[in-house]
Amino acid sequence: MGKKLESNFTNMVLVLFLITFIASSAVGYVHELTSGPIKAAKEQKQTKAIKDVIPIAFNNNPAQDMIKAQINDKESFECYPAKKDNKLVGVAIKCNTMKGYGGEISIMVGFSMEGKITGYTVLKYQETPGLGAKMNNWFQKTGKGNVLGMNPTTESMKVTKDGGQVDAITAATISSRAFCDAMNRAAVAFAFVKKQSNK
Amino acid sequence: MEYILIFIAAIFVNNIVLSQFLGICPFLGVSKKVSTALGMAGAVTFVIVLATIVTFIIQKSLLDAFHIEYMQTITFILVIAALVQMLEIVLKKVSPSLYQALGVFLPLITTNCAVLGVTIMVIQKDYNLLESIVFSGSSALGFGLALIIFAGIREHLDLVSVPKGMKGAPVALIVAGILAMAFMGFSGIV
Amino acid sequence: MKNLRIILNGIYKENPTFTLMLGMCPTLGVTSSAINGIGMGLATAFVLVMSNLVISLVAGLIPDKVRIPSFIVIIAAFVTVVELVMQAYVPALYESLGLFIPLIVVNCIVLGRAEAFACKNKVLPSICDGLGMGLGFTLSLTILGSIRELLGSGKMFGNVIFNDHYGMLLFVLAPGAFIVLGYLMAIMNKIKNAK
Repeated sequence: MGKKLESNFTNMVLVLFLITFIASSAVGYVHELTSGPIKAAKEQKQTKAIKDVIPIAFNNNPAQDMIKAQINDKESFECYPAKKDNKLVGVAIKCNTMKGYGGEISIMVGFSMEGKITGYTVLKYQETPGLGAKMNNWFQKTGKGNVLGMNPTTESMKVTKDGGQVDAITAATISSRAFCDAMNRAAVAFAFVKKQSNK
Repeated sequence: MEYILIFIAAIFVNNIVLSQFLGICPFLGVSKKVSTALGMAGAVTFVIVLATIVTFIIQKSLLDAFHIEYMQTITFILVIAALVQMLEIVLKKVSPSLYQALGVFLPLITTNCAVLGVTIMVIQKDYNLLESIVFSGSSALGFGLALIIFAGIREHLDLVSVPKGMKGAPVALIVAGILAMAFMGFSGIV
Repeated sequence: MKNLRIILNGIYKENPTFTLMLGMCPTLGVTSSAINGIGMGLATAFVLVMSNLVISLVAGLIPDKVRIPSFIVIIAAFVTVVELVMQAYVPALYESLGLFIPLIVVNCIVLGRAEAFACKNKVLPSICDGLGMGLGFTLSLTILGSIRELLGSGKMFGNVIFNDHYGMLLFVLAPGAFIVLGYLMAIMNKIKNAK
């Protein structure tokens, strides 16, 4: 294996520094190589997410026309306007809520111009598998708690337990409440975008 | 109020060993006696909290500032390795008996996934410094709790006869599974 | 052939999960489905092979006292490479595995083999050891993942075998991981003791 270098202070520091330097450079290089594909993968996921929640025909690039809508003095949501021939036909909003059972839940929700929900996809969540994780299907058109067609801009969304219209996921009330919270927050962003487009 | 929630959630609801699967190696390896478990828990708590503070500062002031977030894994683990090394030196001077008792498990704290795991989680959850300290301290307490309960059970398990194939790791794992089930009962709290 | 025996050793005789009992955290944490198991196994195998390779090459140049930190930096570099590549080319798997990908750096298997084998052996045997251990790990993760996925959600590699209404959710959750692994180990012990 060759004679090992003596363990004196200079050698130790030198070797460790050298190794760290080489390692960091190598990693930096790979980072350069992969940053393109990583960005592309993120964009692809974004575009697909938008298409999934706005079933209305549009011919712009919503990702490029992204608007940031302020929903309170600390937070803002990314809104992707879908336009057909430069006329706004729907908005996909990347909203979130911190009230999830396992923390943050991130949802892409689509609104028609009347403010009705046209579709949603759960982007990120840390809910309990088998319970809150059912969120991706439960509130869809084919699910037991279908929210498509509901309009959070005219009436705040709540689960039936709290006096509202939304059928909560069985045994996952907290996740369901969080879902409604996200929808209501998205409604604020939608109102902002609608107001902007009317100017 | 937020802090109490983080505290309770980290110890019981999302116990770092029994529900997040971090820190399993020492969990299975050091938990044969309650006294060693206590010593390990103390050492790990010290490292986790200190590591969280240092890595938090490095993340915000170095990695984020210069957009070299991809260096996270390398820098964090170096910080942890350095801290454990320091802990070894300090412990040797201050409490040689504890140093002896922990033996080879002390340097192994570096590879304890709970330590690296918590430092990364704190960044992912976007906590501020105080929340991070509470979270890391509570996670460490949760680790200690799981470790000590488990050690207590294993001390008793040694006195019972277990089928040959099950002896040692297998029965320990099944006990851990039952313990994890018990902790699942906490899920309704927060 | 000696190197072939080294590979097979890592797969069966000294299987990292069932015999050496290393790398428990990801074993329990990502095996809720077979695909996750395979993905994690292969990622770890890559790190094992590459770090074993580099470490066996440079071990002679490293002063003894900074041995462990140096190994860790080398391993961390390869883990970051894996992270970036996965993020770019298999983003869905990357998100599934989440926190456990950077945690490969503290996977006791990797550091363990570097200490126990790579720094004391030549390059080719070290590569074989990394490969063997990596494959052994992938195998055990896949077995564990398949069992949990099948019992817990009725699926195998995402294909529905039976309706998940009949699945026992427990297996996909934390306790299930411990219990299935415990029983699997007991079975492996039985097989080994019977020889």
